[in-house]
Amino acid sequence: MEEVMSKKERISRYVVLCLLSVFILTPFVLGLWTSFLPTADISSGSLFSTHISLDNYVNAMKNTAIIRYLLNSLVISVLTTAFQLIFCSMSAYAFVFLKFRGRNFLFGLFLATMMLPFEAEVIPNFATMRQLNLLNTYSVMVVPFLTSAFGTFMLRQNFKQIPAELKEASDVCGLSHWKFYTKVTLPYAKISLLTLASYSFLSSWNQYLWPMLTTFSDKYRPVQDGLRQLQSQETFNDWGMIQASAAIVVIPTLIVLFIGQKSFKSGINEGAVK
Amino acid sequence: MEQVDQKKSLSQQLHDKASKISIGYDIEAHDKHYALLFLGPSLLILSVFVFYPMIKTVWMSFFLTNSLGKPTVFVGLQNYIDLFTSSAYLNSMKATFIYVLFVSILTIVLGLLLAQTASSKLKGIGFFRTAFSSTMGVSVSVAAIFWLFIFNPSVGLVNKIAEFLHLPVVNWLTQPGWAMFAIIVSTVWMNLGFTFLILFGALQSVPVTLYEAARIAGVSKRYQFFNITIPMISPTLFFAAIITLIDAFKSFGLIDMMTAGGPNNTTNLLVYRIYQDAFLNGNYALASTESVVLAIIIAVFTLIQFKFLEKKVTY
Amino acid sequence: MTIELKNIGKSYDGNSWTLNGITTEIESGEFFAIVGPSGCGKSTLLRMIAGLISISEGKIEIDGKDVTNLPPQDRNLTMVFQNYALFPFLSVRDNVAFGLKEHKMDAEEIKRRVDEALDMVNLTEYGDRKPRDLSGGQRQRVAVARAIASDAEICLMDEPLSNLDAQLRGKMRSEIRMLQQKLGLTMIYVTHDQVEAMTMADRIMVLHDSKIQQIGTPLEIYNHPANTFVAEFFGTPRMNLLEATYDARLNKLVVDESLEFDCEDGMDRDDYIVGVRPSGFSVEKAADRSNARVVNAEYLGNMSIVELELDGGDEIRVTVDDEMNHDWMINQRMLVKPQGIFYIFDKTGKLFAKGGSSNGTSRSEEEFVATAAR
Repeated sequence: MEEVMSKKERISRYVVLCLLSVFILTPFVLGLWTSFLPTADISSGSLFSTHISLDNYVNAMKNTAIIRYLLNSLVISVLTTAFQLIFCSMSAYAFVFLKFRGRNFLFGLFLATMMLPFEAEVIPNFATMRQLNLLNTYSVMVVPFLTSAFGTFMLRQNFKQIPAELKEASDVCGLSHWKFYTKVTLPYAKISLLTLASYSFLSSWNQYLWPMLTTFSDKYRPVQDGLRQLQSQETFNDWGMIQASAAIVVIPTLIVLFIGQKSFKSGINEGAVK
Repeated sequence: MEQVDQKKSLSQQLHDKASKISIGYDIEAHDKHYALLFLGPSLLILSVFVFYPMIKTVWMSFFLTNSLGKPTVFVGLQNYIDLFTSSAYLNSMKATFIYVLFVSILTIVLGLLLAQTASSKLKGIGFFRTAFSSTMGVSVSVAAIFWLFIFNPSVGLVNKIAEFLHLPVVNWLTQPGWAMFAIIVSTVWMNLGFTFLILFGALQSVPVTLYEAARIAGVSKRYQFFNITIPMISPTLFFAAIITLIDAFKSFGLIDMMTAGGPNNTTNLLVYRIYQDAFLNGNYALASTESVVLAIIIAVFTLIQFKFLEKKVTY
Repeated sequence: MTIELKNIGKSYDGNSWTLNGITTEIESGEFFAIVGPSGCGKSTLLRMIAGLISISEGKIEIDGKDVTNLPPQDRNLTMVFQNYALFPFLSVRDNVAFGLKEHKMDAEEIKRRVDEALDMVNLTEYGDRKPRDLSGGQRQRVAVARAIASDAEICLMDEPLSNLDAQLRGKMRSEIRMLQQKLGLTMIYVTHDQVEAMTMADRIMVLHDSKIQQIGTPLEIYNHPANTFVAEFFGTPRMNLLEATYDARLNKLVVDESLEFDCEDGMDRDDYIVGVRPSGFSVEKAADRSNARVVNAEYLGNMSIVELELDGGDEIRVTVDDEMNHDWMINQRMLVKPQGIFYIFDKTGKLFAKGGSSNGTSRSEEEFVATAAR
């Protein structure tokens, strides 16, 4: 319903909104703006110079491996997401529709893994990967994340909402588990699958520690560590190019964010505040 | 009589009947094969990359290790004792808790402020809502680059403003107290987009009639906010707080790029410590011990989160 | 506490009007119902009276004082909502006492009022429970108790019984009515349910198409509907509305060439709408002079509702006293005749005249009313 607001109140609200926006958007604006300026100008502090150009971007794309980094991240994230969708939905299906002894215990085990942070397990995982000779490949960044307990948990919540009668009818029709999984469960959970996909993709895209430990060459390095690489190499040097690289990395995610904002918003609230 | 029975689904009734007779189709035996197929892959991955490493880490924390990472001498709990008597580690612990506390509180308070102001039905509010959620698309390295620039002593925004206001100019990332300040601000900024979205959703879900009843009863806006809004969104507030908290414990990237644990180890938070000790110093036993401590801390908070979700204050 | 609405209007965009020209005076202690279909603006009107929504045009006066620009808390009224608006995190007692603390009442006084209010709605033992432990009917009574405790003399209710099951609704109807009388509240009650309005209200305002259609006592509204909308809205089954033309030669209104209504002299040759309540027809088996066939019949025990199709195509519903459980056969030919009162509406839908009498098909002069919409 509408609110009755005095003009004074209206103005003060806009002021607050603008101030907050300034705080939130300034880093973006600065980053974007400086990405169009030549580094010489930035270093001397004259931020209002008029030498606006795309030189930094061209420079970044030609002289650094930023494009390669993006490609790597894309490959890794897509693979990870795809596998997570498959394996998480399969395990969620098992926990909802299959009856077997120890089901609750195993589910508890899954939940337990969510309590253990990956950051605390990097040492043995690193050793495992080294033994398997998978360091510095795509596999090293995909394999540990082929499944996710969180994804299983979230999908299980969603699968449980499928009416029991649907399964009963399918049983009577003689549908095998696999058929029911592919023909009924997956379509029903489309939205949750989409939410999980965005979540998995973003998580994979934002990975920092693990790729840093396990990749040594630009060939396989994903984008977060790529930026790190650039920044550490160019400290005090090419500000303009660094900002341009950051922009190249952030703009696609911002676009995806704006497009997918509606469905993502409802997805978070569905899973979270349930 | 019949009415009551109809409440149980048909299959449940049949199952009950069947279990008394216990002949015929055995679901459990049949499903067991499928369980292997459906659950197998995930179970395998988790076993190799979550269970095994945790056990191995705990195992290693009871040993000393050589430079190759192989355990050598069994020392029991000595590593832990050494850890908790080392002032360096205790400082890290203290720094981490300060960081986590400030980040959580600031994120929630600012996030709530953003959500509340964005709830107004003003013209053009859509722009502000989009703006407030924008940091959700920012990853750790991008945020680090943005804030490195802002905190840069010579050309950064903060110092430029300080100059303008004739305030002392600070070397933000290289001065002990201020470095912590800088990473706290950067982390809070990064978290705001997501927190805003969650809290905004919660605010929207409060029934309007509650506020109408309050207006009729004549209570002030302030009273409404603290006595209606906050209690109604408290489950979400809690959820957001604990997610932020757990995430803050795992912080690594920002620190790595902005301060590298310095200056003087003042921002050497727990995860960064583990990285340092394991991969830079080669002290795997120490790092494993630290990993276990970290895991316990996070496990405790995650457990709290689960227990709360279970209780699930539904109205 | 009298309430005067003077030409109230509401527009959200400056072009179309959600409400227009709403004018009436509500007496002190009156139970005043505002009725209309969903979306007619009745909830909007109620909220404007409460001060929750601003008024685009017009004035509101309470006891002679202009309150149009006053916020809700200065209007000294109380409101009960459709979804109860109970605070889930407060106990029943705290819900009832909500707002009283802010009015600087001391704890003793608050406790007394809460106890009194809870007693009046029979919820004394539930004082310490939370809303989620209560049933729908009990929650509604807590909302009512909150209104009672506030001591305001004007009470606004926004479809309070819509979320309750039918049986509960009936019970709550009389409880609310009794409370209103006992406390002498001026009650403005919004509902889409005409039965509720008819059984509870002293007077009813019918809203439709952003305008007042009619204001009157339940009996007035039922017996003298101002137009076809009001006529159809009240009464179950609905009034039958039939298009008819005036035949000057016969001095009758003719429907479907088979049904005729006697008229007063001096009607213009024109198209009219004849309104007949389901009880206003007689139906006989008369195969040779029949003018309708049976389409469907619903047996209610003491009476039946018979659906017939007139030969001209119109479908009508007739209620028949059916003590003998007469068997109605589909497609059976029947003779339908007017019996008692019928309404004549001009082709814009306004009530033009009333015909017939309660004693049969002839009309008497007293009952011939040529009224325009009020």
